Order: sequence, then structure tokens, then C-alpha cells
Amino acid sequence: MPRITYLEPDGRPVTLDLKPGQSLMRAAMDAGLEGIEAQCGGNCACATCHCYVQPEWLDKLKPPSDDEQFMLTNVAAERRPNSRLSCQLIAEDALDGLTVRFPDRQS
Amino acid sequence: MDSHSRIVIVGGGQAGIQIAESLRQEGFTGALTLLGDEPHPPYQRPPLSKKWLAEGGAVGALSLRGPAAIERLKITLRPDTRVRAIERVRNVVELSDGTALPYDRLGIATGSLPRTLPVPGASLSGVFSLRGIADSLAIGQAIRLCAEEKRCVVVVGGGFIGLEVAAAARKLGAQVTVLEGLPRLMSRVTAPVVSETFARLHRAHGVQLMFGAQVAEIVGREGRVWAVRTADGQEYPAGVVVVGIGVDPDDLLARSAGLLCERGVVVDDCSRTSDSAIVAAGDCTARRLPNGELVRLESVQNAIEQGKSGAAALMGRERPFTNAPWFWSDQYDIKLQMVGLSRGYDQVVTRGDLAKPAYSAFYYRAGRLLAVDSMNRVPDHMQSKRLLDHGVWPTPEQAADPQFELSSLLKVAPAATPGGAATAGGA
Repeated sequence: MPRITYLEPDGRPVTLDLKPGQSLMRAAMDAGLEGIEAQCGGNCACATCHCYVQPEWLDKLKPPSDDEQFMLTNVAAERRPNSRLSCQLIAEDALDGLTVRFPDRQS
Repeated sequence: MDSHSRIVIVGGGQAGIQIAESLRQEGFTGALTLLGDEPHPPYQRPPLSKKWLAEGGAVGALSLRGPAAIERLKITLRPDTRVRAIERVRNVVELSDGTALPYDRLGIATGSLPRTLPVPGASLSGVFSLRGIADSLAIGQAIRLCAEEKRCVVVVGGGFIGLEVAAAARKLGAQVTVLEGLPRLMSRVTAPVVSETFARLHRAHGVQLMFGAQVAEIVGREGRVWAVRTADGQEYPAGVVVVGIGVDPDDLLARSAGLLCERGVVVDDCSRTSDSAIVAAGDCTARRLPNGELVRLESVQNAIEQGKSGAAALMGRERPFTNAPWFWSDQYDIKLQMVGLSRGYDQVVTRGDLAKPAYSAFYYRAGRLLAVDSMNRVPDHMQSKRLLDHGVWPTPEQAADPQFELSSLLKVAPAATPGGAATAGGA
């Protein structure tokens, strides 16, 4: 079971056990994390589930689709090279130990 | 508000859970009760007419906040709970079982109700409208049965819900006819060019579209729907009828309680109602704009932003929601994203490839950008959102020129001094 650590905007860590196939957004919403909004519910249509991926994990993730790339160009918080939309990050065993950080604002 | 205070929220959907969650984020430590009239914890409604309808899936996949979140936020969630009345003199919410729930502050998030067809046969078995999980499940089941029996699904209404249901029904293999009373699809919200794109799309997927079709009667046999008869005498055989002719705000409780309502609970941009102890958010509201006009929005964004504003207002803070409204729809392989309100436009220009389709329609009034509809043009949508929030826009000529970089307007715009209707920029 991939174990993912989320850092809330204030730095507070929350570690969750995800089911393989579950999106990082879904698990964060179910746990009621504060740094995420996910207004569109995971359709890659709103860019309010923005997170920063620990840089050393970046190349272990499936690269962003064109749509995600475009959505990322207009996230509410600062876009960084390690910005991703958590609705597009799907948990798998290879991601066990991943840490992502939520930005200070989503909308 | 202190730890002895009690806040009750009527309505357990997107707006209701948002008020509750934001109250905790705003530092509310008192008792927080969320009343929902469905058996489910708060869930997302948009997929009910889209992916979830076509593909099915677990109810849990729709959940907005899981049980762990509800518990952590110390929200007392009471599903299956109907409210009979809001009594503002005694400060209680009267439940349908007769118990009275006292409150110090109240949130109203009762949502909207689908309009029903005012014609004979509208209550026959096999005639559906779509509001909740139970409706989506029943419609999905009925459509699958239609597909097996080679009977037709008739959708009444060529708006978002109707067209999304039509697309889902095609995916499930059923024959589909859409009856639209007006001369084109989604005519209330989009320009003819966009309507035409969607008409082409649905026809290409085998949907029969009938325009100017006024439903006169739903014909039944043995208590079940059999056909839909239109005013011109045409009969459309139907194994199932899905009615998607819009919604009305569910403001009955608020109206009965004497709150100011005008086709929705009237709120200001901080979600405050005419009673200082009560806020309202989401589909049930009508927001008063600075120019006095009332705007009704039926969207997730509106539920979330008004919910946040309402929570802040209950805690005595102002957090106005003034950003440009946005909406989305998925039909087949088209992602339609809309930002702004196009009502009253006098000019439309398009940007991109209409045939594909991958283009955006820019709506102007007197040279000012009102709204942008984007079809498979995600960058246009995201940039237009920011443009509208900052009160800057391309000229129609610039918008129509695919070489023109929309983002260049944002770089030169003084982002700290947003203008126009937008005051809470998205940068």
C-alpha cells in the first residue's frame, strides 16, 4: 500500500495509506486535508488540487498530460518546476514514501 | 462566536459542507451540525450526469469529504434529515420528526430542484429528472434496459444536463432523441456557433435532435411511459424519458421563514441574507450585484466560494466572492469550459479550429469581454479566467488571432489593481 505524506500549507505533515489506483487528490479529500479544494472533482478542469512534488520523486511520476500542463500554467499559487495536479497523480506501490506539499492557495 | 455557540447548516451538499469546513478553518470551535436530506454524506453532483452515469461506480467515489474528514472537523452530520421550518423568533430549526434544533447562527444551502414538465403523464413510471445519486442510479439502470430492449431514450431539454445524459446514453448503447423547445442547443448560455458545434457532435454520435419541439403529453401504457407527444402531433417512442429543463432554487424554507427571496435566497457578495444571523450559499441563492441586479449561478465554484464567504461572514469577517464564474461540461470527447456570463453580448469572435473542434468563443458587449467558452482549449480557458478576474481583455481582433498570446495581457496588466466587476484577482 503506497504511503504518501502530504504537507499542509503551514507545513504540518499528514501521512495517508492509499489504495493503488486511487488519486492523491481523492485520498486527500477523503481525509479532509485543508490545502486542497479539487473543485471539479478530479476532471483536470479547475487546477485547485495543485501540489508541489518532492523534486527527487519527479522522474518517478508519469509525466503530465497536455491538459495538465496547460492547467498548471494558471494555478492560483506560484507555479514551480515540481508543480503537479494531485488528481492526475495515481497511487502505485512505486510511489510509496512520496511527499507532496500543498501551496498556500488553490483559488 | 465561542465554543458554546451552535451553528446549524441546512443542506448537506457542496455548499453546505463548504460552509462547515470553512467555519473550522475560520476558527469556529462551537457545535456544528450539518443536516442533509439524502442518506449519503456530502458528494459531488456533476458526475451524476457525466462519467458516473455512463460508467457507474461506487457511491464512495463521489464523496466530497470522507468520514475521517467529517470526524476530524467535528461536524455532526445528520443524513436523511428533513427540515420542516426555520423559526427565526425562537432560533430553532424544526425537523420533520418534530424535534427542534436550536441555533445561534444558521447556514442555508438547500440547493435547487429540477423543474418538472407541466404536461399530462409527467409522473408516469419511467419519467425521470436528475438531482441526486438515487436519480442517477435509476436513470442509468433504465437506460441500460432501453439499450437491451432496443427502445429509445427521449431527453427533454437540450441544455447541459440533457446533453450530458444524451452522451452517456449513447455510450451505454441506447438510441437517443433530444427534444428541445428552442431552435438550438444550450441557447440560454451559448452563442449559435457553439450550439452548432454541439449539434454536430451529437448528430455524429447518432443522437436525433428535434428543435422547436414542445412536449404536449407523455403517453403511457399500463402506467409506464410509452411515447412523448409534441404539440405538432409527433409521437416519439420512449422507453425512458429524462427531463432536463432547468432547475429552480429551493428557497421554500427561507421564504417561509420570512427571509428576503427573489427566485432564490437573496444574498450579498459575502453570502449574507436579510437576517444577520443567517447566511446562504450555492444553488439556492440569488446574489445581489453592486448595480442592484440579481445573479443566480448553478455551479460548483459558486457553492464553494459562497460557502467560504458565508463561513467568514458568520465569524464576522468579510470575504466577498466576486471572481468570474466558471462552469464545465463533458460530452463525448469535448471538454467545454466556460468563464464569465455571456448574457447581453453583442459580438462573438472565435479563436482556433472550429472543425476539429478545438476553439474558444469570446463574447463581447460594447467592446468589453463578458465571457469565453472553450472547447478542448484548456489554455484559453485558464487564461481567460485570469483576464476576466483582472478586468483586462484582448480586443476582438486579438482574440481571433491564434498567434496573439493572451497571456501577454497579464504580463503588462497591473495585477495589484484589478478593475471592473472583478476585485479578487486570481493571480
